[in-house]
Amino acid sequence: MRELSLHILDIAKNSVKAKAKLVEIAVCADSAADRLSIVIRDDGCGMSPEFLRRVQDPFTTTRTTRKVGMGIPLFKQAAESAGGSFSISSELGKGTEVRAEFQLSHIDRMPLGDLGSTMILLISGSPDIDFRLDFQVDERSFSLDTREVKQTLEGVPVDLPEVQAFLREMLTENIREVSGGKPL
Amino acid sequence: MKSIQELQAIKEKMQKMINTRETTDDSDIRIVVGMATCGIAAGARPVLNKLSDEVLSRGLHHVKVIQTGCIGMCRYEPIVEVFVPGQEKVTYIHMTPEKAVRVINDHIVNGNVVQEYTVNKE
Repeated sequence: MRELSLHILDIAKNSVKAKAKLVEIAVCADSAADRLSIVIRDDGCGMSPEFLRRVQDPFTTTRTTRKVGMGIPLFKQAAESAGGSFSISSELGKGTEVRAEFQLSHIDRMPLGDLGSTMILLISGSPDIDFRLDFQVDERSFSLDTREVKQTLEGVPVDLPEVQAFLREMLTENIREVSGGKPL
Repeated sequence: MKSIQELQAIKEKMQKMINTRETTDDSDIRIVVGMATCGIAAGARPVLNKLSDEVLSRGLHHVKVIQTGCIGMCRYEPIVEVFVPGQEKVTYIHMTPEKAVRVINDHIVNGNVVQEYTVNKE
């Protein structure tokens, strides 16, 4: 993976598979503290303490077609090789929270990349699930919540190409503004 | 900053259109993109974006672009499968945004499978 936003897409898909109703993604950059944090939280089925212990191992997966699952180990590696840390907490029936921290200025920190595309693919791929993005860079911030989007649309499907095109434009423009013209 | 209030206008336009066209039916062409870890890492996201853009800008209302999980041939990712009703499935491998445009143009619009991008060529 070449972008942190691709990891976010990959991890959030686990939430979708865990039958979450709401997936919350928070990306927060603090240049004074030189930190970048990414949190992906869901209200899906959660994991047992036993599975949670094994989940950072690449030879753990819920798939039945093969024995490897690379999503979580790759994200963990991305954080740990950029002066950061990685943690998962989960409770059966409650949900899961994946948290990755990075040193913002670390030479090996991957660029955030196209976070707007990640959100659009999540929203269009699972129109029945709600997604919330909180994006913050220092004192500037932007949020998108599909519950508000769906309320505005009054029954018009959120996965219509025309709606998706608008959302992508909005995400791209607002993320760029919050980033202060300098991509994270 | 854009605000979701701007969705209001799109909503009104779409409400009129939805009444005049079926949203899904059996004659739809389905374009399926593998979006598991393997696909994402190999570059499936820009391919999917490009396919969606082309379908929208050309007004191909009978074409649906859909995401799926791991297709099972990770070394050939990004993989795109095209399902035209009544025809055999076509599997395109090692896709790029540029190849995606050609698939839309030659295969989806004009009905000619782009043989050189298919898995059968391997």
